[in-house]
Amino acid sequence: MGRRGQEEAHGVDREPLITVRDVAFSRDGRAIFHDLDLTVMPGRVTVVMGGSGAGKTTLLSLIGGRLVPDAGEIRVAGENVPALSRRQLFALRRRMGMLFQSSALLTDLDVYENVAFPMREHTRLPERLIRDLVLMKLELVGLRGARRLYPAELSGGMARRVALARAIALDPLMVMYDEPFTGLDPISMGVIVKLIRDLNDALGMTSIIVTHDVAEACSIADDIYLLDNGRVSAHGTPAEMQKTTEPAVRQFMAGLPDGPVAFHYPARDYLADLQSAGHA
Amino acid sequence: MNPLAGIGGAVGALGRRALAGIARLGRATLFIARLVPSLGGAWKRARLIVQQLYMTGVLTFVIILVSGAFVGMILALQGYNTLVRYDAQSSLGLLVALALTRELGPVLTALLFAGRAGSALTAEIGLMKATEQLAGMEMMAVDPLLRVVAPRFWAGWIAVPLLAMIFTAVGIIGAYVVAVAVLGLDGGVFWSQMQAGVSVTNDVIGGLIKSVVFGFVISWIAVFEGYDAKPTSEGVSRATTRTVVSSSLAVLGLDFIMTAFMLRGL
Repeated sequence: MGRRGQEEAHGVDREPLITVRDVAFSRDGRAIFHDLDLTVMPGRVTVVMGGSGAGKTTLLSLIGGRLVPDAGEIRVAGENVPALSRRQLFALRRRMGMLFQSSALLTDLDVYENVAFPMREHTRLPERLIRDLVLMKLELVGLRGARRLYPAELSGGMARRVALARAIALDPLMVMYDEPFTGLDPISMGVIVKLIRDLNDALGMTSIIVTHDVAEACSIADDIYLLDNGRVSAHGTPAEMQKTTEPAVRQFMAGLPDGPVAFHYPARDYLADLQSAGHA
Repeated sequence: MNPLAGIGGAVGALGRRALAGIARLGRATLFIARLVPSLGGAWKRARLIVQQLYMTGVLTFVIILVSGAFVGMILALQGYNTLVRYDAQSSLGLLVALALTRELGPVLTALLFAGRAGSALTAEIGLMKATEQLAGMEMMAVDPLLRVVAPRFWAGWIAVPLLAMIFTAVGIIGAYVVAVAVLGLDGGVFWSQMQAGVSVTNDVIGGLIKSVVFGFVISWIAVFEGYDAKPTSEGVSRATTRTVVSSSLAVLGLDFIMTAFMLRGL
């Protein structure tokens, strides 16, 4: 209901916030993407799924301008990211938040200073205002009481919440989440799922999540993209994705060990391999 | 196995290592070229440089003090042992002072600094890379070269000449103590010979130039290796080792070159 209200408020026909068109990217001679197309609408939670090594994190690096595609166009808020100068790119990144899988908190700063870091770097706000803002962000993620702890003293879930508070420190247009559910206990996982949804709706942000956790993805997403073999193999709402009969999508959504994605790494014939003497 | 093939393989491996070394040198050069424009901007936040000066300089202070004192005392004992044969023990102060200001002060400080602070710089930057802290900064529109690398580079560069001066001074005091208290030399002669024989322009400034060059090179190698490290625990450990080995060799090699030029100028 809240979600629908918001869509109406924003208008569903609005311009997409992110468009990725015909993007090709290869690293070390290995093609990771070809003809990649996807669209992220503002105000929505878009989940990009794919197996390990499908290039999910690479996709976020491309959107964030940390990597440059070999071909194609990546537009964020109307700007063509690969064509931006470093200065323009940094200006755009101030409007993007990113949550890294490892949280990427600065280990020599405590929780408070970590959240204050982007504010101190990019604004000249007086100390009192920074304090208020930091406490507000920490309150949102429930860690106002932990502000004097150092990253090494935090559990994985807490570190990720601090990183989330830091990612939204400058009230970005959008937040990119790199595997936000990995390595968390069920309670922390529930907290993160709820936080992502709530922050997205309450702050009017746009969220892009890359993950391979199907259940969480379905519980949170407005749109799901499935990456396979360097391109989008399926796209739809969670309900559509779960109903699909496409075998590769079904295998991924249901977590089946064998199917279009084979269980075995490519190898020569098993019997011939066993009978051949010599090197492993 | 065919012996020729074995030799071919060895030559090939040697060639690959040489190429890898040259490629690394190229990356290091590109790195410093990217770093130089950030160096000025780093002074806008001098607090960060001071913080790093503490981390690199002050924490290396004790090892410099102790080593300097011992080196001075050893020099006094060894120097006396030789000089006394020619009845020239009154020149002990001069010998010690020249050895320390021209060579041992700058070189030993640089080697100690590379082992104590250079390795720590590499490990810190490498771990920041491995834990995505540098990538995180970039995504927060903060340039890690400006925020992380430049202050550390400056701190290392500033710290080495200062530490070398302290090393030299403490070494001379150590030698003085041994000369007067243990060897029974006259303190006045010790100082006056030194004063008469040590030239500020040639010896003191020459030593200072050396330590400025060493500071630059060690800091460059240390921050480059950290930034270039493979973001794994093995990669960081290799980078740390490389920092100590490369900067020690660079210091000794550069010392030879600079000494050759400086002595010709005398």
